[in-house]
Amino acid sequence: MSSTTLPAVYIPKPRRISGFRRWTEREDVFSWLMIIPPVLFLLLLVGYPFVYGIWLSLEDRPVAHAGKFVGLANFIADFHDPVFWQVVQNTFVYTFFATVLKMVGGLGLALVMNQDFRFKNTIRAMMLLPFIVPTVLSTIAWMWLLDPAFAPVNWFLRWSGIANPGPSWLGNPRLAMMSLIIVNVWRGLPFYGITLMAGLQTISPELYEAATIDGASTWDRFVYVTLPLLKPVIFIVTMFSVIFTFADFQLVYVLTRGGPANATHLFATYAFDVAMGGGQLGMGASIALAMLPPLALIIIAMSLYMKPHKS
Amino acid sequence: MMVERGGWRVRTIRLWLPLGVYMIFTLFPFYWMAVTSVKPNSELYNRKIMPLLVYHPTFKHYVDLLTETNFMVWTWNTLLVSAISTAISLVFGVMLAYPLARMRFAGSALIAFGVAATYLVPQPLLFIPLADIIYSLGLNDTLTSVILTYPTLLIPFCAWLLMGYFRSVPHELEDAARIDGATRLQTMFKVFLPLCTPGFISAGIFAFTLAQNEFLYALIFLTQTDVRTVPVGAIAELVKGDVFYWGQLMAAALLGSVPVAIIYSFFVEHYVAGLTAGAVKQ
Repeated sequence: MSSTTLPAVYIPKPRRISGFRRWTEREDVFSWLMIIPPVLFLLLLVGYPFVYGIWLSLEDRPVAHAGKFVGLANFIADFHDPVFWQVVQNTFVYTFFATVLKMVGGLGLALVMNQDFRFKNTIRAMMLLPFIVPTVLSTIAWMWLLDPAFAPVNWFLRWSGIANPGPSWLGNPRLAMMSLIIVNVWRGLPFYGITLMAGLQTISPELYEAATIDGASTWDRFVYVTLPLLKPVIFIVTMFSVIFTFADFQLVYVLTRGGPANATHLFATYAFDVAMGGGQLGMGASIALAMLPPLALIIIAMSLYMKPHKS
Repeated sequence: MMVERGGWRVRTIRLWLPLGVYMIFTLFPFYWMAVTSVKPNSELYNRKIMPLLVYHPTFKHYVDLLTETNFMVWTWNTLLVSAISTAISLVFGVMLAYPLARMRFAGSALIAFGVAATYLVPQPLLFIPLADIIYSLGLNDTLTSVILTYPTLLIPFCAWLLMGYFRSVPHELEDAARIDGATRLQTMFKVFLPLCTPGFISAGIFAFTLAQNEFLYALIFLTQTDVRTVPVGAIAELVKGDVFYWGQLMAAALLGSVPVAIIYSFFVEHYVAGLTAGAVKQ
């Protein structure tokens, strides 16, 4: 340094900060100012409709008419509606089988994919296709795949002599439910597989080595090392999947519209039919709301049963 | 390359066989889509011939789809709606995630819980009251109706993913900027957010595919052909009563999947990161 005095810029000049400015710089004020717009948005478009839905469910509300408060009459009507109970049963069957198949299949897929092999990234990318392609579009393809007359499934059955002319996959109540479950599994497996694989990769190889030295077989290692460590991931994936399978709409709407004879109606599609098709908004809202208690029960039961241990 | 014990037999049984079966199951519907879309109607509706092959391929269904239906309009609507709602969701997602991940303030736990709960609210619970609200506001048959409602599905997800990402960024740079006299807003925009580009790509890609996939709201709110999105247009206008235009439907399914598939193929790693972010703490 040649000069004897420091240039003025080095002297920190006390900046004049207005009171308002200082106020917005406070951590809590800044946070709330940030958070309020999105929270308001969500309150308006999620919170308000949710509450309004509860209100609607207590009204007799034909579409384009004023509503009349009827208390729990809609729920009582649901309770005496045999179709409603059919819907409850359908939803449980659909959710249970689809979830179990996805869980087991996804775990298998994750274990297979967790080996070293060539083209792994390409295969993983292709594997995810059913999950990223718009569901309605792929479901239309499935509908055509299950066509009784012109599709390969029944063509194969006829060609091999197993069945002629082959079953009507979406026209028979049991087969229709089975078809829906298969399509749901087809779409949902990649999510399970990829997420569980990511979970597997977080397990330290040393644990397997230690278990092997202690004489554990492949099966022992799977049961005593892999499964317990994977439990938190399995729990979260399953919870997501149960919620969205339970409330599924698209697959059923495209493949069967709830038929044949209500055999595949789920809460969402039945509520849609009653509210949008029948114009009974109040009844529809009560059916949609009725899915909340069983869903909450399932989630609580799962949390108790599979609760990840905090370590 | 690691040589597995047991050689190729074990490897075939443990790897290639299950993988092969699964890949056939996964990809077969796409093959069926593609093969159907280039079949002439004479082959499409012939029970006698083997359905998996095409003997006289034709692009007639594609031409019909693009000239006789509003498919181009639907595609444009879908892309527009997905892009705008993704952008809104990213902005609101950042506004939620930044304070929740980086600051301490009273009520943060409640807000974080609220965001998670909103994420888990299934759409069918809300569609009836929302339809009533949208219709009474006169927003039905406008793209605004879905541009407003899609972010309700995407914001919680974006906020959740970004929170995880934001937490992994070290505090030092921000602290340095604060000490140098930057305001909180400057610190956030000039120092913090540029570090988080990969997180934005993950959240953006994921939100975009979710928006493309949405069906229920679009089905209820959009009943005019010129405002429809691809899924609703295909199901509502390529199926007339009991008549399914299978060739066009499969062409639409394939073309409708292309935009997502292209974007996805560029960002697979980001997409996978977004997919697994909620469940796996890396």
